[in-house]
Amino acid sequence: MKEAVSALIRKDLRLELRSFESVPAMLMFSLSAFVLFRFGLDRSSLAGDLAAGVLWVTLLLAAVLGMNRLFVAEREQGGFDGFLMAPVDRTALFVSKAVVLFCFLLAVELVAVPAFVVLLLGPGAGQLLPELLAVLLLADVGIAVVGTLVAALGVQTRARDLIIPLMALPLLVPVVIASAQATAPLLAARGAEAFPERWLAVLALYDAVFGLLAYAVFDFLLED
Amino acid sequence: MATTAPATSNTPAVALEGLGRAYGERVALREISLTLPPGATVAVFGANGAGKTTLLRILAGLLRPHAGRATVLGAELPREAWKARGRVGLLGHEPLLYRDLTVRENLRFHARLHGVDRDLLPSLIEQAGLAARADDPVRTLSRGMTQRAAICRAVLHAPELLLLDEPLVNLDPGGALAVAPLIGREAGPARVLISHDAGLGLADADWVLGLRGGRQAIWAPAAQVGLSDVRGLYT
Amino acid sequence: MTFGRGLRALSIASAVLITGAFALVFFYAPNDADQGFVQKIFYVHVPMAIVALCGFVAGGIYGIRHLRSGDRADDLRSYVAIHISLVLAVGVLITGSLWARAAWGQWWVWDEPTLVSFLIVFLLYACYQPLRFSIEDPARQARYASVFAIVAGAFVPLNFMAVRMAESLVHPRVLGTTGGAMPGDMRITFLLALAGMACLFVTLWKYELASKSATIQLRSLKRRLAGDDALAPLQRSSAPQRL
Repeated sequence: MKEAVSALIRKDLRLELRSFESVPAMLMFSLSAFVLFRFGLDRSSLAGDLAAGVLWVTLLLAAVLGMNRLFVAEREQGGFDGFLMAPVDRTALFVSKAVVLFCFLLAVELVAVPAFVVLLLGPGAGQLLPELLAVLLLADVGIAVVGTLVAALGVQTRARDLIIPLMALPLLVPVVIASAQATAPLLAARGAEAFPERWLAVLALYDAVFGLLAYAVFDFLLED
Repeated sequence: MATTAPATSNTPAVALEGLGRAYGERVALREISLTLPPGATVAVFGANGAGKTTLLRILAGLLRPHAGRATVLGAELPREAWKARGRVGLLGHEPLLYRDLTVRENLRFHARLHGVDRDLLPSLIEQAGLAARADDPVRTLSRGMTQRAAICRAVLHAPELLLLDEPLVNLDPGGALAVAPLIGREAGPARVLISHDAGLGLADADWVLGLRGGRQAIWAPAAQVGLSDVRGLYT
Repeated sequence: MTFGRGLRALSIASAVLITGAFALVFFYAPNDADQGFVQKIFYVHVPMAIVALCGFVAGGIYGIRHLRSGDRADDLRSYVAIHISLVLAVGVLITGSLWARAAWGQWWVWDEPTLVSFLIVFLLYACYQPLRFSIEDPARQARYASVFAIVAGAFVPLNFMAVRMAESLVHPRVLGTTGGAMPGDMRITFLLALAGMACLFVTLWKYELASKSATIQLRSLKRRLAGDDALAPLQRSSAPQRL
């Protein structure tokens, strides 16, 4: 199974590098959203929970763009059939797609988070790493897992681009809650405050529950 | 890959008993029964919508039977479908190739999925006449070249059963010759061959299956079936 | 497949329990010191919420059963449970809003974690029928719906926990009852209301199951008697149409 997962991941990363369909769109969306927030909120610098909220809502909506595209190649170019006929555990597709979405999210955050700091964070806002990194990683796992599952649910339906965000956003509300609550003290106006670890535990619990659930349930989406 | 005992030479490649499949309320296949010995070829004829593609997809393990029994390479579908996975090659209407990847990359990907040694690929590409275009993205290939690449994809894992849906369409005569050792009679595996060319189909097959409206209208050795019988399916 | 067993007994039980609960609410339960008479919406709002949540989780459990057994009757049960719970969820949001307005002067309060969680849960389950409707093949529709029901069912408790954690640190519960334990007369009324609501849910659930399965069986009988052609083709629907 590891062979298959690695083959699938390499294939998807290679496809992304060839066609640049997902990551640039997610990135440009994030940057545009930051600009919109600046004008929509009429603030040129944010701090604390407002900053955390803007950051996480933007990342989440960008993730949705990635989810919409995640299985499109499979759907339109017969990738499901090719995969289903191979002597491979079906769950390999779930694992590989979740890892790929995770990688996309990391790639976007690599640029979007520094951009956020530069564009919107007030001067003197607290030191960020490594707690922010921990929150980002844990949240990304949750988004990747739920995003892959929802993308698979939605890709075979007709109104795919609508139904995927409609399902994903409520499911990811706990991630937004936990991530924003965890990040807010880090971005506080007068330097970072105490870091509430309990929210990391919430994220970890979310990741574990949905990770296991998605792993168990994914096979049924591929049957016919 | 699970190592099961290799199928004995007596295990039929395909054994169907009263096979049925419906899409919602529309019945696509009904009461299909046949046995295909290993290494033999069955030509499948039928008008559009007669159920040929459905049959192929069931044999490929992509659709499950709704009625009756289907056994492919000794594995009963859908219960034991995993036993047959990786031993069947499907060439459908879709090439099942990623358009933005090159031919070589696509074939390497499928080879890895099937656990096939990548060193076998260059000679396969050569055989199919794709050597000059192997490093071009599939979306730049003509339909004929794409078909050749799809054929490579379908046979690279040395399947014991080939499911071919109009394999020679889009191929020029040179192409048809080039791929004959891969998917023709001499290739070896049992074959289920859908074709609209009655003459070619009959010449190439040991058995003939004729479908009309999802039902089995003809099941006989090819020698006993004439062109007019086949044409009768299309009226 | 008979779903109609015990319907009469259940209907009567529901009617009795609900009437009894109403009687207690109006004549027995005490008026709240702060909020006055309006607080009695609590006896509708909270039981509705609890029953709706259980209904959603039950939908998920039937989803699991459907995936394991392939029996479409379980998918029907899951569908109906979620369907009715969704209606109750709307009721929860409306009664919660009315209560907030009467007790606090605003049509919506973010301070009440149960209400907020319900909003999120409602938004999620509102996708259930569109998802079903958009998948044409009935077997696949049932399978995907079951997957959704399972994921959403697991989501409900997680969501409640997360929302409550986010709120409870800052604001005390606004619409909750007078601190921890309920006084005796409130408790009896509440329990009776809860029992009545639960009974009502099960009754409605069984009614809808019986009705849908009767329609399905009727169609299959018609087909057997008069042949395929006598029937108009099935319209696309989000509800299960074959068992």
